[in-house]
Amino acid sequence: MDSFPILSLMLAVPLLGALGCLFVSAPAARTIALVTTLAEFALGIVLWANYDIGGAQWQFTERLPLFAGFKYALGIDGIALMLIVLTVFLMPICIGASWKSIDKRVGEYMAAFLLMEALMIGVFTAQDLFLFYIMFEAGLIPMYLIIGVWGGADRIYASYKFFLYTLLGSVLMLIAMMWMANDAGTTDIPTLMAYDFAPQAQKWLWLAFFASFAVKMPMWPVHTWLPDAHVQAPTAGSVILAGVLLKMGGYGFIRFSLPMFPEASAQFAWLVFTLSMIAVVYTSLVALVQHDMKKLIAYSSVAHMGIVTVGLFTFNAQGLEGAMIVMLSHGLVAAALFLGVGVIYDRLHTREIDRYGGLATNMPYYALFLMLFTMASVGLPGTSGFVGEFLSLAGIYKVSSLVTAVSATGIILGAAYMLYLYRRVVFGVQKHADTAAMPDLDLREWLMMAPIAAAVLWMGIYPESFLSPMRADIAALNARLARARPDGDAHFKLAAPKPAAAAEHDAHEDTH
Amino acid sequence: MNSILFIVFLPLLAAIVAGLGNRMLGSTIAKLLTTGALFASCALSWPIFLSFVAGDAAASVTPVMTWVQSGSLSFNWELRVDTLTAVMLVVITTVSALVHLYSWGYMDEDPDQPRFFAYLSLFTFAMLMLVTANNLVQMFFGWEGVGLASYLLIGFWYRKPSANAAAIKAFVVNRVGDLGFMLGIFGTWLVFDTVSIPEILAAAPSMAGSTITFLGSRWDTMTILCCLLFIGAMGKSAQLGLHTWLPDAMEGPTPVSALIHAATMVTAGVFMVCRLSPMFETSPVAQAFVTFVGAATCFFAATVGTTQWDIKRVIAYSTCSQLGYMFFAAGVGAYNAAMFHLFTHAFFKALLFLGAGSVIHAMHHEQDMRFYGGLRKHIPLTFWAMTAGTLAITGVGIYWLHAGFAGFHSKDAILEAAFASGSEHGQFAFWVGVVAALMTSFYSWRLVFLTFFGKPRWNQSEHIQHAVHDANGHDDLGHGHGHDDGTAGYHPHESPVSMLIPLVVLSIGAVFAGFVFSPAFLESEHFWNGAVFYDEHLMHAMHGVPLWVKLSATVVMLLGLFTAWYAYIRNPGFPAKFVEQFGALHRFVFNKWYFDELYNFLFVRPAFWIGRVLWNQGDGGIIDRFGPNGAAWVVVQGSRAAQKLQTGYLYSYALVMLLGLVGALTWVLA
Repeated sequence: MDSFPILSLMLAVPLLGALGCLFVSAPAARTIALVTTLAEFALGIVLWANYDIGGAQWQFTERLPLFAGFKYALGIDGIALMLIVLTVFLMPICIGASWKSIDKRVGEYMAAFLLMEALMIGVFTAQDLFLFYIMFEAGLIPMYLIIGVWGGADRIYASYKFFLYTLLGSVLMLIAMMWMANDAGTTDIPTLMAYDFAPQAQKWLWLAFFASFAVKMPMWPVHTWLPDAHVQAPTAGSVILAGVLLKMGGYGFIRFSLPMFPEASAQFAWLVFTLSMIAVVYTSLVALVQHDMKKLIAYSSVAHMGIVTVGLFTFNAQGLEGAMIVMLSHGLVAAALFLGVGVIYDRLHTREIDRYGGLATNMPYYALFLMLFTMASVGLPGTSGFVGEFLSLAGIYKVSSLVTAVSATGIILGAAYMLYLYRRVVFGVQKHADTAAMPDLDLREWLMMAPIAAAVLWMGIYPESFLSPMRADIAALNARLARARPDGDAHFKLAAPKPAAAAEHDAHEDTH
Repeated sequence: MNSILFIVFLPLLAAIVAGLGNRMLGSTIAKLLTTGALFASCALSWPIFLSFVAGDAAASVTPVMTWVQSGSLSFNWELRVDTLTAVMLVVITTVSALVHLYSWGYMDEDPDQPRFFAYLSLFTFAMLMLVTANNLVQMFFGWEGVGLASYLLIGFWYRKPSANAAAIKAFVVNRVGDLGFMLGIFGTWLVFDTVSIPEILAAAPSMAGSTITFLGSRWDTMTILCCLLFIGAMGKSAQLGLHTWLPDAMEGPTPVSALIHAATMVTAGVFMVCRLSPMFETSPVAQAFVTFVGAATCFFAATVGTTQWDIKRVIAYSTCSQLGYMFFAAGVGAYNAAMFHLFTHAFFKALLFLGAGSVIHAMHHEQDMRFYGGLRKHIPLTFWAMTAGTLAITGVGIYWLHAGFAGFHSKDAILEAAFASGSEHGQFAFWVGVVAALMTSFYSWRLVFLTFFGKPRWNQSEHIQHAVHDANGHDDLGHGHGHDDGTAGYHPHESPVSMLIPLVVLSIGAVFAGFVFSPAFLESEHFWNGAVFYDEHLMHAMHGVPLWVKLSATVVMLLGLFTAWYAYIRNPGFPAKFVEQFGALHRFVFNKWYFDELYNFLFVRPAFWIGRVLWNQGDGGIIDRFGPNGAAWVVVQGSRAAQKLQTGYLYSYALVMLLGLVGALTWVLA
């Protein structure tokens, strides 16, 4: 398998599909898109099955020098693998979600989605700095078009805001990348991950990357593009935005900021913690007062991403693994919640929470799915949400109990806004006749919801499947970060030295 | 094959099938499946418990599956069975099986029965996972799982706004406690480098006296860990401060109140403290904290219980109060007495709730005791069952014979242990406990007298009027007024047999559970076999307390009975006079010490207000205004300015070029 260029194939398949979609009728475009994404999903499964856990750090590598040191270099580690699997898993569901609701310019729409899929896989597989940059930035374009062309009433403002924010950060990142390539003499990402930049330079480089990734996450206070983008985007656009695009920021931190600039990361950890703590509390409170379902979920996404960023900057295995699992889990859960909004939006054409109510009566299975995803969103043990949150918070606790306590208020506030939403939409009496007449999930919607539900439970009950491919990579990163690891604030001290136990505990105290 | 796997997973399986099958499956199959699964679990649980009582069983751990491995933090799905678990197993499966059976009758007319039974079974599964946990995280899984089931069942009648509000309140208030629990787990892991309960308990004594920083201040390690974990227990067990959800939880169907909000889930906090008893033993401060909170709750809830009119709320506050007893027993180190009270309480409190359900069923959903009265003759079996429950909760028994109803054995043991502990907080708890026992007796008998004795007062009830109205039809309107006996022409009926069997079985438990199991729980270190911290010295000291201590509970019980008899049978005008005399005090207590109002003012309204401010002023007024919209404004203004420059006149361009040339030259030459 190693010699077979499966990654290039995974880039080529959606590109070809996109090309095909442009030249055919609407029904044919839908079919092509579905077949392409399913084929891509199958390739993703093949990739996962052939990924050698415990093998080389970079697998399925491909190298093709092009010009001026610029290489076409692909390869993945366990972290990238998991994000690729998430992407190819969500894509067919996105096509399914657009099956009926998109009836204008269907070919172009499907092409935009397939192009985006290729670019996202490109982001996660790129091993060359500038290849990554191109994929990372080009990914904006289809999303910009999806919001701007197929979006809601206020789509122009939203797409412009989205583009402005994300581009601004990227410019700084490009400058930093040029400097790095010049300084290190290579654009090879694995090499750069082991390259030690001077601490003074690291500071500026870190900030430049931070400008880009913080917007992508998004972190407070550069989050305001997200609610608008979500509200205006079509359902599938929201799904992919929440499911995959938001993960690019986290991926950037874990691939670039942390391994390439460990000292600067340690230095700026408190900046990240502070912004994340504000994000968790601030956006949770804002989510509480939303009237628009999509806005509510968008704000909750910002809060969840706050947990990711604190987890990433804990400099320990639990925090990093937790952050990764939160990202994967949020990719599934937020995607499912947006799908859930889409299901009822398709029936009533409003996202206004007050227009709903009493859906448990006429849509019992919808109510069941939404309950599961709501619970996963609030981090109920047994769902994917818990594993990630628990590990991240445990990791943070090693660094600071204060950050943990503040971030963990998210579990209270999260329960409040999600259950309040659920109550207003699903419970209560059927106030409106049109709402009461909405039919329960049809087969297409079942096929979209059920796989995500299964994945959410799988990740909650047996997360080992998802943790094991990443374990070695997290350990390697953790080892790289060891030299800059800050001390925890617990300062645990035993009372009086007792012979055996004390020695053992002193040793483990040092690691805290 | 290990029977514990069946005990735990049969209810889950039944819940999944019944829940997903729902309306396709039909009520009867769903009910048969879930009830059958629970009776099977129950049948498998008793042999385990009895073998522990007989003293020929050893603790075991059954591995199920890997859960999470992350660096040094790892925890798996495992099922632990030891004495403590065995006690909980029989409590949970017995009450749950009986409640399933009872619900056949009680929920008979409900269209959503499969969903109801699925939730009940799901709850049982989560509770079983909680008590079989061998690590803190699985305990947390069960902990949150029962919270979910409780949320779903409180809000079961989802069309009722009050039920939805109560459900959310229960979940969110519990989450406040869970935050403490989670921080406690993190801290424990940080200190012990494991979340495995046996490993933690083994290492706990060596940690005594160590210190740690938490939120910037220095603490005794075990004190802060135990206090954090106990905050979790306070949430789940509705202790003072985090109790506000429990009375509202009565919005759920009555069988739910019996199972979850009386017999099992709310005792999870007590279970947790007992399970972790060697940890609490290392911190006298944490123990004192547990004792004070328990005693305060015990007193607070009892006072509120004396004033409520809703039959279920009286029992709910009673539950809250009895949990307080269990906690202060644990706080003074009598974990076995706490568990014993948990065990007996499960039977008599489930009995009281199911009895109340039977009354409500007979009275056409009327829950206000002011509209009851004289029901003794109409629903005799319910009356006798409720009487057995009341005799048990008030602790009726004869000291010299060592014989009495269930509560007599367990509550007396708690009071004696508190007194015998010798500590100041133990003394405090003893006196509070005695006063609360007085009130317990009063409100329990008040409930019985108001409900079953006196003259019927049914005609004032809207529910009864509706029932009579519906039965008689419209043309018969004037007829109802003809009854001057207070019945409004209504005829309460005894409940169906599916509801009566659980009442009978639980009555047997309420009568005998204390007497039969007292030796094992209270006097046998061998029975506990290390499952809880067993204080031999304290158990010995309990026997040596003065006679007046041993009799105090009985004396106050008689006092409470007498007061209730005087106020509600002998001289029914007395309560009104009392209320008139002490209006302010009564209002304060009747309004539950204004906790709900206070929390609403302090937390709920500010949260929404701040949320709105942050959204409108923060996101809209500052970030967007100066961020993207500001940037847009700059661009627009800038391009307007640029537009003005591009006049199209050649001479103005020439002028600009000239000025530029001069400027450039100046710069180069200078």
